[in-house]
Amino acid sequence: MSRILRRHEFVEDDWVTLGADASPGDDAAVIVPFAKFRESREAFLARSGRLGVLLAPADKVEDLAADLPRLALVALQFTGPGEGRGYTAARLLRQRYAFKGEVRAVGHVKQDQLYLMARCGIDAFELAPTEKPEEALATLARFKVAYTPGEPIPSALRERFRSRAG
Amino acid sequence: MYRYDEIDQAVVDQRVAEFRDQTRRFLAGELSEDEFRPLRLRNGLYIQRHAPMLRIAIPYGLLATRQLRRLADIARKYDRSFGHFTTRQNLQLNWPELKNVPEILEQLASVQMHAIQTSGNCVRNVTADHMAGVAPDELDDPRPYCEILRQWSTLNPEFTYLPRKFKIAVTGSPEDRAASEVHDIGLHMQRDAAGNLGFKVFVGGGLGRTPIIGQVVREFLPLTDLLSYCEAILRVYNRYGRRDNIHKARIKILVKSLGIEEFRKQVEAEWAASKDFATQLDMAEVDRVRAFFTPPAYERLDDIDAAHGRELEFQTWYRYNTRPHKVRGYRAAFVCLKAHGFIPGDMTSDQMDAVADLADRVSFGLVRTTHNQNLLLADVRQTDLYDVWVELKRLGLASPNIGTLTDMIACPGLDFCSLANAGTLNVAKQIQKQFDDLDYLYDLGDIEIKMSGCMNACGHHHVGHIGILGVDKHGEEWYQITLGGSVNGFTALGDVIGPSVKQDDVASTIQRIVEVYRARREDGERFIETYRRIGMKPFKDNVYVQNSAAA
Repeated sequence: MSRILRRHEFVEDDWVTLGADASPGDDAAVIVPFAKFRESREAFLARSGRLGVLLAPADKVEDLAADLPRLALVALQFTGPGEGRGYTAARLLRQRYAFKGEVRAVGHVKQDQLYLMARCGIDAFELAPTEKPEEALATLARFKVAYTPGEPIPSALRERFRSRAG
Repeated sequence: MYRYDEIDQAVVDQRVAEFRDQTRRFLAGELSEDEFRPLRLRNGLYIQRHAPMLRIAIPYGLLATRQLRRLADIARKYDRSFGHFTTRQNLQLNWPELKNVPEILEQLASVQMHAIQTSGNCVRNVTADHMAGVAPDELDDPRPYCEILRQWSTLNPEFTYLPRKFKIAVTGSPEDRAASEVHDIGLHMQRDAAGNLGFKVFVGGGLGRTPIIGQVVREFLPLTDLLSYCEAILRVYNRYGRRDNIHKARIKILVKSLGIEEFRKQVEAEWAASKDFATQLDMAEVDRVRAFFTPPAYERLDDIDAAHGRELEFQTWYRYNTRPHKVRGYRAAFVCLKAHGFIPGDMTSDQMDAVADLADRVSFGLVRTTHNQNLLLADVRQTDLYDVWVELKRLGLASPNIGTLTDMIACPGLDFCSLANAGTLNVAKQIQKQFDDLDYLYDLGDIEIKMSGCMNACGHHHVGHIGILGVDKHGEEWYQITLGGSVNGFTALGDVIGPSVKQDDVASTIQRIVEVYRARREDGERFIETYRRIGMKPFKDNVYVQNSAAA
C-alpha cells in the first residue's frame, strides 16, 4: 500500500485502484479506470463502498459530470513530464462542477509540479517512487504569492485578478 | 514604465529560489537531464552548441537604463561581453555557465527582470509595437495590456504545461509593427461602434515548419474580457492541441484542423461556460497598470527641421533612422544593431552602457528593443538629434540603413545554435558587403530581408520580402530563398523562388533579384509591391538563367 500526500500530510492509501481483473469486496474503496467504469456504470454505482474514477489525459471531465455527485474521488493520470491536460481537468472539476471530493494526481507526479497541480485544485498526490517525501511536501510552501487565484495561497493576499467565485 | 510592487518582486524572487534548488539537484545528480530539461526551459535556459544559452525576458521590449546597464554587467561578468537581441524583444547570452545561472537570475531580479517562461511549452514573453505610446497613429498604448498578460501568464498553474510554446503580441496601431498575425494570439486594439476600446483577436498564426497567418477568432473583445477570453482559447488548446507530434503541436495546427469556425465555436462555448469562474480583469486594475505608462514630462516644443544646414551624413541618418513622434518637437531614434561585420542584433556591454548613458541624457532614461532587432530611443528632443547621432556614430550604432535591405533580421545560426542547419553570420556579412553602397541601397528603398538558420524560423524568413532559409545539403550549408513575404499591414508568406543556392552565391542571387525590381518597378513602387504586381516569374527567370550560365 503506497503512501499518499493528502492535504499536506502523508497518509496510508485507503483506496484500491482496480486493475483489469481485480474484484475487491463490495465495501472497499475503489478507483476504477474511466473506460471500465463506463462499461459497468450501474454495477459500480450500486456498490456500497466508496467510488473513485481514474481519468486518462484524453478523457473528458464532461463525460463524467453527471456521476460526480456520487464519486468520492477523481484521479488524474499524468503520463509524462510534459503532460498538461490534468491541470485543466482539475480546474474544471473544482470550478465548473464544484467537485468536493478528493482530486488525486497519479503517474508522473514529481515535486516540481506539485505546486501548480495544487493551485489547480489537486489535493492528493501519489508521488512517483523516486520522489523524496519531505522535499515534495516542502515545495507546496515554496511560493507565498501568486498572480491568479488558486487553492493553496491564502486569499488574504491581494489578488490582482479576481475570480467571481471568490 | 511598470514598476514591481511587493507581489511582483516576490513572484520573481520565489522563482529564482526554486530554480536555484532545481539547478542544485541537477548538478548533484538528483535530477536527470530529461527531468531537468522542462524545468530549465521554463526559465529560458537552453543547452546549445557551446554552452547553455540564457534568454532573458524584456517584457514588451521596454528597458530602464539601470536594467540595460545590468544586462551589460551580466554579459561582461558571465559571458563574453556581448548579447544578442531577438525578434521577440528578448536578450540572449550565448556562453553563461550553468552553475552561474541562479546568480544571474538573482541579479536580474534585483532590477525587476527575469527569464521566466522565455522558452518551454508555456506562454512566452508578450511582445508589443516598439513605437507604443509614441506612434502618431496609435489608438491606445498596448503595453499596459502586455503587462497584465505578463502577470496573468507568469506561473499560471493551468497553462504551464501546454502542448507547445505559446506567443502573444499586442499592437495599438493600425500599422502592425509587432508581427502579431504570426503569433499564437495576436491582439489588435480596436474601437467598437460606441467608441469603447477593445481588441480584435487573431489566433493560430506562426512561422516554423508550417507557416500560417493568424485568423480572426473574435472581431471585438471588450478590454476587461481580455484574460477570460485568453483563458478560453488556452483551455481549448491545452485540452485538444496535439501532444503526439512536436511538429503538429502548435495551436495553429489545431485551428487549421478544426477550421476557424469550429475553433471559434469551441472557444466561445468554453468562454460562456467559464464566465462565473474565469479570471476577471476590472477597470480598476487596468487603470492601475495604465498609470505606469503615462507619458513622460515632455517639454512644450515646436517641430524643427533638425536636418537643415547639417552635413549630408546626418541628413541621411535622420531620414532613415528616425521616426515621427506624436508629441511636437520630439522624434524617435533607432540605435542600429546592423553594422557591417556584426551579427544582426548583437551588442557589446560597452555599447549597452554608453546607450544607457545616452538615454539618461536624452530619452527619459528608457530604451526599447524592437522586433527588427534594433534598439529605439523613443522620446528624443529634435534639438538633441544631432548630438545623439554624433554619439551613436562614435559607438558604431548609427549605420543609416533602418528599413533598407541591410537592416535584416537574422537568428544566431549555426555558429551558435544547435538546432541550425546553416550559418547566418557569414551570409549577413556577405550581404552587407554586397550592398555597402548607400546610394544604391537607398535607391532600392524599403526591402526587408529575414534570415533563419533552420526551419524553426527564428529569423522569420517566411515573412521577409526576401526570405533566406538555411538548409543542410549533404553536410553543406545551402540557402533557400523566398519572395513576397510580409507582416507589416498585409501579412503574407513568401513563395520559394526555386532550388537553393550555395552560401557564397546568396548575396549575388539577392543582387539579381533586386535588379529585376529596379528594371521593372513603376513610379514609387516598393519591392514588395512590384513583386505582387509582376509575380515570381521575372525574378526566377533572371536568377536561374544566370546561375546555370555561371555553372
